Amino acid sequence: MALLDVQDLSVTFSRRGQRTVRAVDGVSFSVDAGEVVGLVGESGCGKSVTSLALMGLLPRQRGVQVGGSARFDGTDLLKLDLRSMRDVRGRDVAMIFQDPLSSLNPVVPIGLQVTEVLVRHRDMSGEAARKEAAELLDRVGIPDPRRRLKEYPHQLSGGMRQRALIAMAVACRPRLLIADEPTTALDVTIQAQILELLKELVRDSGTALIMITHDLGVVAGMCDTINVLYAGRVVETARRKELFAGRRHPYTVGLLRSIPRLDAGRGEKLTPIRGSVRDVLPWTEGCAFAPRCDRRVDACVGAPPEMTPTHTGHEFRCVNPFPLTQPEEARV
Amino acid sequence: MTLAPGKKKEKLDRLAELSAVRDDEQGVSLWREAMRRLRRNPSAIVGAAILVLFVLVAVVGPFFVPYDPVDQSGIREGVIKPGSIPGSSAEHWLGYDHQGRDEFSRLIVGARQTLIVGIVSTLIGLTIGVLIGGVAGAAAGLGGRWGRLVDSVLMRIVDMLLSLPSLLLAVSVAALLGPSLVTVMIAVGVVSVPIFARLLRGSMIAQANRDYVLAASSLGVRKSKIAISHIVPNSLAPVIVQATLTLATAIIEVAALSFLGLGNPDSTQPEWGLMLADAQIYLDVRPGLAIYPAVGIIVTALGFTLLGEAMREALDPKLRR
Repeated sequence: MALLDVQDLSVTFSRRGQRTVRAVDGVSFSVDAGEVVGLVGESGCGKSVTSLALMGLLPRQRGVQVGGSARFDGTDLLKLDLRSMRDVRGRDVAMIFQDPLSSLNPVVPIGLQVTEVLVRHRDMSGEAARKEAAELLDRVGIPDPRRRLKEYPHQLSGGMRQRALIAMAVACRPRLLIADEPTTALDVTIQAQILELLKELVRDSGTALIMITHDLGVVAGMCDTINVLYAGRVVETARRKELFAGRRHPYTVGLLRSIPRLDAGRGEKLTPIRGSVRDVLPWTEGCAFAPRCDRRVDACVGAPPEMTPTHTGHEFRCVNPFPLTQPEEARV
Repeated sequence: MTLAPGKKKEKLDRLAELSAVRDDEQGVSLWREAMRRLRRNPSAIVGAAILVLFVLVAVVGPFFVPYDPVDQSGIREGVIKPGSIPGSSAEHWLGYDHQGRDEFSRLIVGARQTLIVGIVSTLIGLTIGVLIGGVAGAAAGLGGRWGRLVDSVLMRIVDMLLSLPSLLLAVSVAALLGPSLVTVMIAVGVVSVPIFARLLRGSMIAQANRDYVLAASSLGVRKSKIAISHIVPNSLAPVIVQATLTLATAIIEVAALSFLGLGNPDSTQPEWGLMLADAQIYLDVRPGLAIYPAVGIIVTALGFTLLGEAMREALDPKLRR
């Protein structure tokens, strides 16, 4: 059985006097123990909201509705009460955020912030917690951890801050780690280091990882399974090799075509996807990507497209997908 | 790029180490950095100098005064006549007051009274205000629907206090509790409660939406812990600045209450506001009697204000780097 099984997750935001927004609209995917799963899509496709919903971190107030189920080891995370959810957070499921500077408390030394988790979930205190914290910092590759414990976030470089956040997230050896664009705020060399570190941690501890990103390069480097999201739904899901070799959904193809390639000719232009994320059709009226799609046919509008399964487990939500047999056309 | 993975990592680490911004200065925390900026601000230096002088005078001055501040030697010796109060002389630097007491000694002993009352009343206001504001801020920022209710109730109480003019409020409290030194402190303290409460609540609510709060809750940290060890430390800066500024107003308000006859009932004890009030009848005879305590009040209040404003600048995150 999968470690995490998300079925039909939906999140709607409604505010009086405004149109209801379905940020996540029936997302389903599963994560096995030790597996790295990527959630890919452009801004506003529901990636971050999905992760916040899984962690129960969306504001609990009227106007925020979370539907569906997310079974983690048998228990539905979405149905847990606040108290049990707080026990799960940090201990079984932990999260790494996008911006390491704003995710660390500026006036509290790093050490206190790392020990806080240990105190909360592992009943450690005093010197034992400090020692463990130093070991954690050492494990995530922060040199001179004893000294770093006393320092404040602004004294650390961006990469170190992200390492410290990762140390906090893995402090209790969670079985699932959710990384929400962990490298977006970092420069390229540091990105590579952080991804390397995450890979190492996953390999060594058997932690499952949900990698939320808009960067297909990141996905190609480390994910086992990839889910491409568009307008709050999964539009294509496949094992990494299969996705990059035989992508079927026009949106996935569009994403890949808009990445610069080393082997492209000089002066060759990138092919962007037309329009913007705002040009969507509600899923109930057809394919949300139809207004921007080059392969649109009449069948795209009218009824929502269903996930088309293939025998390899590769699934896509498209009535007119790129054919598998013509790799030339799908070449990027 | 065909290095072994271990080597590659080492190389990347070294690169990161080199490119990282190293802060070798000893400016460690937010507070130390604020201190560094304070030291470079001339008006902070002036304000601090005034305050150091004031505190020094108030604390050690009374041990070195030339005369007993309540001894009416001028009357005993018959130097005080109706319509004539002697001014400065070699023995009595600032002359006598209307009851024949040494003005200089009274001014110095009065400084102590002013300092104590100012600090204690500010502390009263700060403590109550921070408690109310802290609870309201935490409730509003983290507490959900019930929290917002708690916040509303607390804030309406504070609003009621805020709607009364400060001096009127102080006078009412002083009148209700009867004149005593403690009453003055409470009255002046109560006036600043709503300011501290509103300030802390506002800055806590702003902090509650920050990413590090989300990050802490994603690790399962309890709300009470988040409020106390994450949100409050980040919200205190404006409150501390306000406390410095409130000290200035507290000193003026204490003087005002004494002036209105609601101060310390023991009117022989020197206090700047009381001295000012007593002097008004003799303005035509010896204006100096009004000027000395007035200058004392103004300079002290100026010192606190200068330092407070400089601290506001030093702690303002928008002006940082």
